[in-house]
Amino acid sequence: MSAIDHHASGAHDAHGHDPHGGSYLTSRGSMFADIKNWATTVDHKKIGAMYLVAVLFMFFLGGVAALALRLELLEPVRPLEAAVEVERGGKTYVYGYEGQLFKEMVPSEDGETFVQSAAKGNVLYNRLFTLHGAIMVFMVIVPGVPASLGNFFLPLMLGAKDVAFPRLNLLSWYIYVTGSIFAVAVILAGGVETGWTFYTPYSTTTDADHWRTTLMVASAFVLGFSSILTGLNFVVTTHKLRAPGMGWFDMPLFVWGIYATSIIQVLATPVIGITLLLLIFERLFHIGIFDPAMGGDPVLFQHFFWFYSHPVVYVMILPGMAIISELIAVHSRKNIFGYKAIAFASLGIAAVSFIVWGHHMFASMGEFGSTIFSALTFLVAIPTAVKIFNWIATLYKASIAINTPMLYTLGFLFLFTIGGLTGLPLGALATDLHLHDSYFVVAHFHYVMMGGTIIALVGGLHHWWPKMFGKMYNEKAGMVGWAFVFVGFNVTFFTQFFLGTRGMPRRYASYLDEFQFLHQLSTLGSWLLLIGFLVHLFNFIHSLAAGPKAPPNPWGALTLEWETESPPIEHNFHHEPLVTHGPYDFETVVPPHCDPADFPVHATPSGGHH
Amino acid sequence: MTTLDPHAGNAPSDAKAPGWQRYVPGHHWRTADDEFDACKQGFWLFLATEVLLFAGLFVAYAIFRMKYPTAFANGSHLLDWRWGGLNTIVLLISSFTVAMSIRCAQLNQQIWLRINLIITIICAFCFFGIKFTFEYIPKWHDGKRLGRFFDYPFATDPHEPIWWSVYYCATGIHALHVLIGAGLLGWCLFRAWRFKAYGPTHYTMLENAGLYWHLVDLIWIFLFPLLYLIH
Repeated sequence: MSAIDHHASGAHDAHGHDPHGGSYLTSRGSMFADIKNWATTVDHKKIGAMYLVAVLFMFFLGGVAALALRLELLEPVRPLEAAVEVERGGKTYVYGYEGQLFKEMVPSEDGETFVQSAAKGNVLYNRLFTLHGAIMVFMVIVPGVPASLGNFFLPLMLGAKDVAFPRLNLLSWYIYVTGSIFAVAVILAGGVETGWTFYTPYSTTTDADHWRTTLMVASAFVLGFSSILTGLNFVVTTHKLRAPGMGWFDMPLFVWGIYATSIIQVLATPVIGITLLLLIFERLFHIGIFDPAMGGDPVLFQHFFWFYSHPVVYVMILPGMAIISELIAVHSRKNIFGYKAIAFASLGIAAVSFIVWGHHMFASMGEFGSTIFSALTFLVAIPTAVKIFNWIATLYKASIAINTPMLYTLGFLFLFTIGGLTGLPLGALATDLHLHDSYFVVAHFHYVMMGGTIIALVGGLHHWWPKMFGKMYNEKAGMVGWAFVFVGFNVTFFTQFFLGTRGMPRRYASYLDEFQFLHQLSTLGSWLLLIGFLVHLFNFIHSLAAGPKAPPNPWGALTLEWETESPPIEHNFHHEPLVTHGPYDFETVVPPHCDPADFPVHATPSGGHH
Repeated sequence: MTTLDPHAGNAPSDAKAPGWQRYVPGHHWRTADDEFDACKQGFWLFLATEVLLFAGLFVAYAIFRMKYPTAFANGSHLLDWRWGGLNTIVLLISSFTVAMSIRCAQLNQQIWLRINLIITIICAFCFFGIKFTFEYIPKWHDGKRLGRFFDYPFATDPHEPIWWSVYYCATGIHALHVLIGAGLLGWCLFRAWRFKAYGPTHYTMLENAGLYWHLVDLIWIFLFPLLYLIH
C-alpha cells in the first residue's frame, strides 16, 4: 500500500463528517437527513445502489407484463366453427370468431350486453408486449449493469474515490427516473401498441389523437441522455482515475467490458436521439420524413433506429460478459485465460457492432446489400467465441467453487452459447427468410438478453452483494433460486425455438391449435422463472434484515474493491491503493484480508503487496 | 463561491482573492491538471455525441436530396444566401472572440475577457435575430413551412414540404444550440464578472463553453453551403 492519503489534507472535514468513520450506508441520524443525503448525494456507491433499486423496480414492471403475455397465450382464440359457450359467475359467454374480429360476447341473464372485439383484445396484447419490450430494453437491460454494478464498482476497481464527474452521475440518475416516470405515466394512461421499436409509419399514425405514443417516444429520448452521461463518465473515469501502478492491462476485465460498453453508449445513443426527435416531430408536425405519402421513407427510420439499436444490443451484453469474466476467475481461483484476448474482444465487439445494423432490414435492401450485411454480421461471432473459449479454458483444471455466482456463470455460458449459435441461422440470408419475425427470433434474443445479461446481472449481484450491503446471503436459497431460474428459463424459451421453426409468428395474440402444447409449456416456464426470482428477492431481503455480517473479502478475490471494508467506507479507501499485482494472480498473491492458510500460493509474490 | 465549486469553500486562501485562485479541484482528483484534462476529455466526448446527433440530419438531407433533387433545388433557390452568409460571418467573429476570451483568462486580462464574452453573446443574439426576422418569419408568412403546414402556392414539385422539413429541423435544432451556447457563455460572463472565476490556473468551464461554441459554429459552416449555396 502506498502512503498517499488525500484525506489527511483535511479537505473533507468541511463536509461535516469524519472521512474515516462509517460506511456509505451509515445513517445521518434522522430519516429526513438520510433522505436529503441520498437525494443529493454525489457518491457513486449511493447512486449505484439507487440505480439498482430503480432498475429492479422496472424489471418487476416489465416482468409483470411478460407474465401477463404468457398467461394470455395459454389459450388460442378459437375460430367460429369451434365457438364455445362458457358459463362463469351465472353469466353465459359465447366466444365467436369471424375473420379478424371476435364477434360478440352475448347477453348475460340480466340482459346486459357485452360486446368485445378481438381487435380490442389484440390492442391490449400489443400494448402489453410493447410495455414489456420498451421497459426491459430502455429501462432495464441497457442501464441495468453499467449504471448499477458499474457505477458502484468501476471506481472501486480502479482504486478511485469516485467517478470522474460525480454530479453528472447524479444528474443521469434523475434523468433516468424522469424518463421512467414518463413510461409509467404511459402505462397508467393505457399504454402504446407500437412495439418497442416504434416502427414507422404505424408509430406516426396510430393513436393519433392521444399523447401516449409521443410520451413513450419522449421517454426513450430522455433515457438516452442518462445513457450518454453514464457512458461518458465511465470512459473518462477509466482514462483518468486509475490508481497508481494500474496500467491498462492491469485493469479488471469488468472495467474493460464497461469501458467498451460506454464507448458504444456515447457513440450510438445520439443517433437514436435525433431519430426519436424526428419521430416526435413527425407525430406533432407531420414533417413527412418517414411518411411515404409525403415522399418520406419509413425504412429510413429503421436504418436510423438500428444504427443505434444494434450497437445497443452489445451495450446490453458486454456488461454481462464483463461480470462473467470476474466471476469465473474468482470462483474458480485461476488466472483468467487470455486476458488480453478477452479485453480486445470487448473492443472488437464494440467496433463490429456499428456495421451490422442492416441485418434487421434484409427484406428491404436487395441482394447485394443484404449479402454484405450478412457477412458482416458473422464477424461478431469471432470476438464472441474468443471470449467463450477463454472462459471455458479458464475453468480447465481450476478449483471450481459451486456457489450461486458460479452457478450463474455456468448458466450464462450454457444459455449465452445457445443464444449466440441461434443467431447464426438468423444472420444467414437463406434461413432468415424462413425464421425472421417468428418465435425463433424471440427465443434467440431472450437467450442472449435474458440468458446473457439478466443471468449475469443476478450472478454478479450475488457475487458483489456482500460488498455492497455488508451482509451475506443464504447460499442454499441462492442455489435453489438459481435452479428455478435456470430450469424455468429453458422451459420458457427453448420451446419457442420449436414454435418458431414450425411457423408461429411473433407478436400475435392468438395462434393455431397445434401450437397450444408448446405455448402452455412456455407459460409454465414463465411461472418457474417467477418463483426463482421471488426466491432470490426474499433471500436478499432476508440477508439485509438478518444475514450474517460479510467479511471484507468473502471470495478471496484480488481486485481492489475487496481491499476496502464491506460495505465500503464513504471515500472508498483509507489510503489510495497502489497496484502491485494483476487482478487474477491467484497463483502468486494471497488475497487481501485472507488467511494464507486458506489461500496457499505457489510462488512468493514479487511485489510484497501485503 | 457558487454552487459550481462545492469544494472551493475549503480553500485556505483569503476570501478577497479572485475566484480562479481560490479554486480547489474535486476531492477525487489528485491534481487540478488531472481534473482539467478529464473535463476536457469528457467534453470532447460530449461534442462527439453532438456531431452524431446532427449526423442524422445530414444523412436525411443527403438521402432526400438524392431522391428529390428538383424539390431541393427549388427550395434552395428560395433561401437568400446573403442572410446565410451574414450569419456565417457573425458566427465566425464570435468564434474568434470566444477564443480570445479564453486567451484573456490565461493571461489574466479580466476586462478584456468580459469584453470578448459580451461581443460573443451579442453575436449569438444577432444570429438569432437575423435568422428569425429575415428568414423564419417571412418564410413562414409565405407558406414555406414544414410538413403538413406547407402552404406555398408557387411550389412546382410535390416533395418541397420535405425540403422545408429538413431545413426547419436542421436549422431549428442548430438555433436551439446557439441559444444554449449563449446561455453557457452568459453564465461564464456572470461568473467572470462577479467572482473573477477564470484565470491562468483555472478556466475549465470557460474553455468547455468555448469548445461548445466552436462546435455550434462548425455545424453552421456545414449547414450554410448545403442549404444555401448548392442548388
